[in-house]
Amino acid sequence: MKPRHKRLAFIVGGLVAIAIAATLVLKALEGNLAYFFSPSDIVANKAPVDHTMRLGGLVKKGTVKREGLTVRFDVTDNAETVSVSYTGILPDLFQEGQGVVAQGRMRSDGVFHAEEVLAKHDETYMPPEVAAALEKAEQANSSVAQPAL
Amino acid sequence: MIPEIGHFALITALSVALLLGILPIAGTVLRIPAWVAVARPAAYALFLFVATAFGCLVYAFVQNDFSVLYVALHSNSALPIQYRVAAVWGGHEGSLLLWILMLSGWATAVALFSRHLSPAMAARVLGVMGLICVGFLLFILFTSNPFERLFPAAVDGRDLNPLLQDFGLVIHPPMLYMGYVGFSVAFAFAIAALIGGKLDAAWARWSRPWTTVAWVFLTIGIGLGSWWAYYELGWGGWWFWDPVENASFMPWLAGTALIHSLAVTEKRGGFRSWTVLLAILAFSLSLLGTFLVRSGVLTSVHAFATDPERGLFILIFLGVVIGGALLLYAWRAPRVGLGGGFNAFSRETMLLINNVLLVVALGVVLLGTLFPLVVDAFVALNIIEPAKISVGEPYFNSMFLLPMIPLLLLMSIGPYVRWKQGNAGELIKQLRTSFIISIVLAVALPFLMGEISLMVSVGLFLAAWLMLSILQGVGSRIAQEIKRGKSAITALLGLPNGYLGMQVAHFGLAVIVAGITLVKGYEVEQDVRMEVGDTLTMSGYTFRFDGVMSTTGPNYRANRGMIQVIKDGKDLMVLEPEKRIYNVQSMPMTEAAIDYGFTRDLYISLGDPLSGGAWSVRVYYKPFIGWLWGGCGFLAIGGFLAMSDRRYRIAARKQQARMASIADGRAVVDNNIATEASS
Repeated sequence: MKPRHKRLAFIVGGLVAIAIAATLVLKALEGNLAYFFSPSDIVANKAPVDHTMRLGGLVKKGTVKREGLTVRFDVTDNAETVSVSYTGILPDLFQEGQGVVAQGRMRSDGVFHAEEVLAKHDETYMPPEVAAALEKAEQANSSVAQPAL
Repeated sequence: MIPEIGHFALITALSVALLLGILPIAGTVLRIPAWVAVARPAAYALFLFVATAFGCLVYAFVQNDFSVLYVALHSNSALPIQYRVAAVWGGHEGSLLLWILMLSGWATAVALFSRHLSPAMAARVLGVMGLICVGFLLFILFTSNPFERLFPAAVDGRDLNPLLQDFGLVIHPPMLYMGYVGFSVAFAFAIAALIGGKLDAAWARWSRPWTTVAWVFLTIGIGLGSWWAYYELGWGGWWFWDPVENASFMPWLAGTALIHSLAVTEKRGGFRSWTVLLAILAFSLSLLGTFLVRSGVLTSVHAFATDPERGLFILIFLGVVIGGALLLYAWRAPRVGLGGGFNAFSRETMLLINNVLLVVALGVVLLGTLFPLVVDAFVALNIIEPAKISVGEPYFNSMFLLPMIPLLLLMSIGPYVRWKQGNAGELIKQLRTSFIISIVLAVALPFLMGEISLMVSVGLFLAAWLMLSILQGVGSRIAQEIKRGKSAITALLGLPNGYLGMQVAHFGLAVIVAGITLVKGYEVEQDVRMEVGDTLTMSGYTFRFDGVMSTTGPNYRANRGMIQVIKDGKDLMVLEPEKRIYNVQSMPMTEAAIDYGFTRDLYISLGDPLSGGAWSVRVYYKPFIGWLWGGCGFLAIGGFLAMSDRRYRIAARKQQARMASIADGRAVVDNNIATEASS
């Protein structure tokens, strides 16, 4: 092969490799994206059923019930509430009244089945998604019930 | 008083850093030797002032000075002394100060050990480091002053986050930062080469050991962080592809690529522009990591309460550093040149593929980490519907593996391929046997374990072949020396440290791959409800729950579970996992009980109390997990060996002699010829 052909082969080969790699990566990325929804979104049927997603809000006080290793609790954004069921050991910082992010699926029985409940490092920390969801729900509430402060 | 001294020292450090950042580089341009000569003393002074500030903060912590806001927020009088010192970097302000301390420490180290550099080169390198220091000092002084007073003073402090009250966390951040910040040296060398327009083998020989040291620290830091997550977070995981973990892993990948591309630049003068680009990339990713950790833009298990203003500052700083470096690169890189050619089958090609694969892996991690941010940006610009997304672990696991498999295959072959022009026939003859043995092992071992899976076989094959090819490579070199009449030990010790270091580090990676393969393939995890007297049998071990008792520590109360481990009818040990409640922050913490072993860990953590006196208990059997951290140890030892290679010292001495003779006024040309002839 002449050097010029060799270079051409290199470039073509490289471009093909990059194209294949990019397609693979993007496909994998698409398949593993989890969208975040607030309880209001779910009650408004914005969330797909039986698709992995994240649900975030506050653990409603007095709703944590255990049965064997299965825990049931309600997650609220102070506007709407969704029931969550999780089997396993909860992270240390899971507490009533605190922010929580659960990853799992919404089942047809209307209960969110969590596969993972995310823990945070710091008790003053609020996941940004949860903070945003709470704020949105509050704005929605106040615009209906009373003039915004 | 002491905190004010600290604050003042920081302000002084800023002015010294400005001096260091401006004068020496300007001196090289304007040819004013007196300005150039400022570099070294300024670097020492910078370190002195920053160290003073750091010392003041440590003093405030040790003395429980709760009139300092930062101390009041991160310490407590009941906190044991070693954690009070570690609490200095337990929060944002202090960790930033630690960053700066390390940066100025690295600058001082460069100033001390660069006597052999030409004054202009040393001035440029130190000047660039001074400029980086300016950025961080501005950052700390304007947004994150650790010496801010609290009036009236707090009676007691809010205590250190209990998760951080642990030996692993005492040393993990300093190690990680040493690595992060260490890449600033490689960066400074690269920028200096761009400014000077000269990049040759000598340049590579200077920057190589510095890069390797930084890489070693980063390796240790990441390893410690992973180990800490394993034993401290209480759910037995060791890598989560969490944004903050990725933030430390990306510079590591870039640094690894840089080490390999530097090898080509040093030995063959090739890959020059690419090496410079990698050096810029590695440090840029370190800065990006700092931004990700400190700005709170990403949801992460590591995300502490954060402040958007700080994020903005780092983002701007990031833009200036990366943008400036890349502009300089675009302008000057053509002058640096590409380096010599090589054959399609050669060591250079092997290292080129290594670099491509590492950069692809880096791209995969970068995309997965930043994708949620990109979506946020599009939402903010009203381009797409509002959505919050996260990228799942399976993406990282599967996509990261793709470039890793060919990389590991290549690692077995690469060191056997000659520079410039390899010999494929010879190679096949050399590697045939080890290849076949590895295949047999990879098929047979899963059979013995009683569970066959393709992934396990692939992983075991890669690890086994890599180990065998390394042993064979080192063995044959020793055999050669023995033929020449040396004893086996002198032969081993006589091998160049650079070569030995490479092999040890590669062996470490093989150990890690074996560990990951076996733990992923054969680990057993169970969450169970246990009443007193209940037993659970797993992988040949029986665990009996003997109840929970309460106990107290210096600053916490705890429930301590007692679990009797029985094997073959004999009582083996009692594991005592704890569930602690820290008094001040009333924060619960799981303290797992682990029995470490060479071939397996037993891992137990206590969940929550359930009805009827029962507890939820998490019992894990983790085969070969210790190999992960053992492998990291090999990586670090390999790195240290490689940087201690004799040729760096010899080169340094030669260069020094050359400089001295220039000073003596002898003709440079003659001297060059003399050095050339002697080498």
